[in-house]
Amino acid sequence: MNMSSNIPARDAQPVQTASVHSRPALELQNASVVFGSGANAVTALTPTNLKMERGDFLALVGPSGCGKSTILKLVSNLLQPSEGLVLVGGKEARAKELRIGMAFQNPTMLPWLTIEQNVMMPLKIVSPFKETYRQDKTGAFRDRVHALLAQVGLKDFAQHYPWQLSGGMLQRSNLCRALVHEPDLLLLDEPFGALDQFTREELWQIMQDLYLDRKPTVLLVTHDLREAGYLANRICVMSARPGRIISDEPVNIPQPRDIGMIYSPAFVEMTQNLRELIAQVRST
Amino acid sequence: MTDTQRIRFLSTSLIVGFFLAWEVLCILLNVSDLVLPRPSEILVTMWTRFPVLWPHILQTLYSTLVGFSLGVVIGVTLGVLVGTSKIAYAVAYPLLVGFSSIPKVAVVPIFVLWFGSGTTPAVLTAMVICVFPIVVNIATGLATTEPELEDVLKTLGASKTEILWNVGLPRAMPYFFASLKVAITLSFVGAVLSETVASNMGIGNVMMTASSNFQVSLVFAGLIILALMGVALYAVFSLLERRVTGWATRGNDIAVT
Repeated sequence: MNMSSNIPARDAQPVQTASVHSRPALELQNASVVFGSGANAVTALTPTNLKMERGDFLALVGPSGCGKSTILKLVSNLLQPSEGLVLVGGKEARAKELRIGMAFQNPTMLPWLTIEQNVMMPLKIVSPFKETYRQDKTGAFRDRVHALLAQVGLKDFAQHYPWQLSGGMLQRSNLCRALVHEPDLLLLDEPFGALDQFTREELWQIMQDLYLDRKPTVLLVTHDLREAGYLANRICVMSARPGRIISDEPVNIPQPRDIGMIYSPAFVEMTQNLRELIAQVRST
Repeated sequence: MTDTQRIRFLSTSLIVGFFLAWEVLCILLNVSDLVLPRPSEILVTMWTRFPVLWPHILQTLYSTLVGFSLGVVIGVTLGVLVGTSKIAYAVAYPLLVGFSSIPKVAVVPIFVLWFGSGTTPAVLTAMVICVFPIVVNIATGLATTEPELEDVLKTLGASKTEILWNVGLPRAMPYFFASLKVAITLSFVGAVLSETVASNMGIGNVMMTASSNFQVSLVFAGLIILALMGVALYAVFSLLERRVTGWATRGNDIAVT
């Protein structure tokens, strides 16, 4: 874990952190999404309120089509709310200076760039990194990318191209890319969904390490209740379409959590309860 | 012998065999060299007349490359303009198709009318003829960019220009280079075409003059020089394509899925 001490810009702005600290990292105020209009209108998300504090790791679970991904798209600026407000760190989500890191289910590495260049991409786009990108891309930024890649076990693959890596390795680089610019908010859209069970559990542990090391604010959308329980410290359950948050519970298990824990009685009971809750909302 | 070696060996034998058969048939059937000269005669003509031919080769090459470069600049600009906006694509498409369906021979007299005979119409014909495939390919490459790849930058708050620069254009490169291979060949055709009609320089002109003087073996020498130049230009751009867009031809599917 001492890898992170090599990363320079982490402790760069303690003053700013203090000012943002009083505001929630993420807030939805009666945000709703309606596609189409009139008789053809489809409500993807009923007016929803949700608050996340800095350093929260919140998992959104629910049946398919319940609007989990809609919330992510709202927050990540890919979609505008039909009504209501989406505030990230107290600012409206459409504001440009937001720092968001996002990892999708598809790793979507740009195939013409090496892993190093892919992971470095946010530093080329996002302020305040892009201003010094030219000078730092072969120095500080490169070191930062390499430290991250080393932390997820991809130290030797920086110069490889995406097609040379396995699905699990691509997803690990994807996490690096989502974290490299120290985002205010990390959005994970079922990032481990397409992986086999062993790779997935391995990535859960990597994700937990990365989280405990950096304490970003994380919003995870997933189908996998064990994934939610293992990683998150708060779980929200959404009802079927039109989406609505029907349960919001903390996960009271100290971190770091051992992967074997997911077979412990307390954990199984928790996931069992969640499962029943979702089964109920599906049938109604 | 590996498969590639065998293929190389066979295609070399095919080329050599073609010329051998030509030579032998001409001798056996006693074909007059005013109709079809033998390859050996053509080779001798090429060798002895080379000092005279060389400036013409350079002239054709020059017209082709200048016209091609202009065509690339115009083609890329138009392609980016058309490809980045769905509306522009739809609006401009009929006009582009209209331009592209004009037989390019038909524009040569117009260029001669405007600029007189010589290098200018050859360059312009070479340019006009190669613009369209470049425009279409750049536009298609941009228009078919996977939205997921663009989303990666959109969530980071990237501007349209940044997305174009970091995702759209690199993504369109394989299309661009594929079109360059076609375009360079077309430019070459355009330049030679214009030279045969209205020029006193270039291989096209050499062939016209030789044919009116019944120097048949010189006509064929010109033809073979043109073939060699065409192959060489194509080869240069295939090589460039493989260098620059190698990522697109190996395991691309792993990266996107």
